[in-house]
Amino acid sequence: MNLNDYLAVSGLLFAIGFAGVMLRRNIIIIFMCLELMLNAANLSLVAFSRFHVSAAGLPDYNGQMLVFFIITVAAAEVAVGLAVIVSLYRARRTTHVEDITSMKF
Amino acid sequence: MSSLLPWLFSAIMLGFACAVVLNRNPVASALSLVVSFLALAGLYVSLNAFFIGVIQVLVYAGAIMVLFLFIIMLLDLKAEERRTLNTTATLGGLLVAAIFVCELFSVLRHFHKGSLPFPPLAAGPLDDVRGVGTMLFSNYNLPFQVIGALILVATVGVVVLSKRELK
Amino acid sequence: MNDFLGIDWFFLATSLAKTLGIIFLVVLPMVSYTVYAERRISALIQDRLGPNRTGIPFTNIHMEGLGQPIADAVKFLLKEDLTPAHVNTFYFWLAPCLAMAPSLLTLSVIPFGSWLFGVPMVIANVNIGILFVFAIASLSVYGIVLAGWSSNSKYSFLGGVRSTSQMISYELSLGLSVIPLFLLLGKLNLVDIVDYQARNGWLLLPLWGEGLTLRRWLLLIPLLISFVVFTISIFAETNRLPFDLPEAETELVAGYHTEYSSMKFALFFLGEYAAMITGSSLIVTLFLGGWHLPIPWWSSGAGFHFALVDGAAPGIPGILGGLFNIATFFGKVAVLLAFFIWVRWTLPRFRYDQLMRLGWIFFFEIALVNIFLTAGILFYLP
Repeated sequence: MNLNDYLAVSGLLFAIGFAGVMLRRNIIIIFMCLELMLNAANLSLVAFSRFHVSAAGLPDYNGQMLVFFIITVAAAEVAVGLAVIVSLYRARRTTHVEDITSMKF
Repeated sequence: MSSLLPWLFSAIMLGFACAVVLNRNPVASALSLVVSFLALAGLYVSLNAFFIGVIQVLVYAGAIMVLFLFIIMLLDLKAEERRTLNTTATLGGLLVAAIFVCELFSVLRHFHKGSLPFPPLAAGPLDDVRGVGTMLFSNYNLPFQVIGALILVATVGVVVLSKRELK
Repeated sequence: MNDFLGIDWFFLATSLAKTLGIIFLVVLPMVSYTVYAERRISALIQDRLGPNRTGIPFTNIHMEGLGQPIADAVKFLLKEDLTPAHVNTFYFWLAPCLAMAPSLLTLSVIPFGSWLFGVPMVIANVNIGILFVFAIASLSVYGIVLAGWSSNSKYSFLGGVRSTSQMISYELSLGLSVIPLFLLLGKLNLVDIVDYQARNGWLLLPLWGEGLTLRRWLLLIPLLISFVVFTISIFAETNRLPFDLPEAETELVAGYHTEYSSMKFALFFLGEYAAMITGSSLIVTLFLGGWHLPIPWWSSGAGFHFALVDGAAPGIPGILGGLFNIATFFGKVAVLLAFFIWVRWTLPRFRYDQLMRLGWIFFFEIALVNIFLTAGILFYLP
């Protein structure tokens, strides 16, 4: 596989995640599809890092650093997001985005 | 043989990503996502990013998805009953995704540099933990510290959010 | 020469032989005989006899009950495989498979010997060895979560939730406790870690090579703390007593495998013992010198020293040395397994909140302080 193939796969993954966010009404599934989109971005970053080889024959670690930070932030984001979803469920007994219409609880 | 494996991993990843979107049962969705992430880790390894691949398994498949499964099980979400789909949102979503894919392929067709094989790496085993580590503690030291503070804040935030008594 | 169709067939064949050999000839028999040892040692501790009758069928030869594991296996295979009506069938079947696989996968990066017939005795010599172990170990939660959830029974569910939160909590102290090792060695490759210990003294027994310096003896303090935290975390990770809350029978019947029977139950049971073997192999590899055993030797040239049994030597001595190293490794693992069993039948069980407090308030902090201690020693005595 060359760079374009990886980018195509990554783009398809992003499109699947995006379609999931639009199609599904369950907030947890939407959250998972967001993770898919984040990972699509990670895949293209790692592919570019492999593509841009330095003079010493090493991949460009700047791209991998970014992926490392994205994964770390995603972990924090998921923890907080799921806590918000749990407190939402406690208040409303639902995880459907269509049932959550008022802005104040 | 080894040129076949990335294609295999890509197929698994995309197939299970579709399963995430199409499954009605949230637990099945979450497990499909785990398989998808494992295949993605395989793709990272095929790109010689061993460290990122392992971190992907450790953090995404081993920690984040366990959290998802936990919440799904604790909230006891049953398989979604057949709701009428919001037609505008569905059509709009699929349309935008389709346009995005078309655009992507047309851009990639004109990106000729990307269809060349990857440039060769230095011979011998690649010590990429050392490479990533050196960069993390030199060029990216400040972001690293900030991430630490961020995780601390997130921890405190989660504890506050899950306390039942606090209003 | 070995390349055909772009595949290194020699590498493939030796890897396959090593994988099959280690799983079917060593680990699975070891698992069943650990169960036997558990029953015999517990009987010894409680002043009973234990299973000492099953030998060769239709004869009077008992062999101290050594036929018991085979009889057990036959019993498990022949029992009725019951799937209760209220379970979620697909996940109910999937869970036992996921429970057994991770512990066997982890063994692939552990060097269980030095060299034999010019082939390194490790299935996959990867640079990220120990991280790979942690990554795969973090996947072992899924079997338990799924078993607890799909059984659709409150005991199973509570057991599953308990077990998962216990494993996630102790994974932290497990990961943090080995960082001092990396500070000292600067690599993650398990083969290199064992090679270093063979040349410079085991991490817990620095008696030769570089191990005789003041620096290594000072480092023995943080390494000992690492060892204790790591070992206790392995106990918690493998759900062994004193941390076997997921299957605390007085409260939860049998925890996450309450609804399982026959071979599906046996897979959970064997998975637990396989995890014990993997955990012991990790402890041996990281702290106790892996396959290396120092032989006290005296020669007129070098005086008194510890000789290295070299599996890479040419001819018959190399083969014997390689076999000796493999035997050493599994001998050490067996001693640790006996220790696991001894602890199980000696200590009472913790309460759940005590377990969580121990993990989060004590081990987590101890491991963190330990990293600073190691870094300080390495900074002042480079």
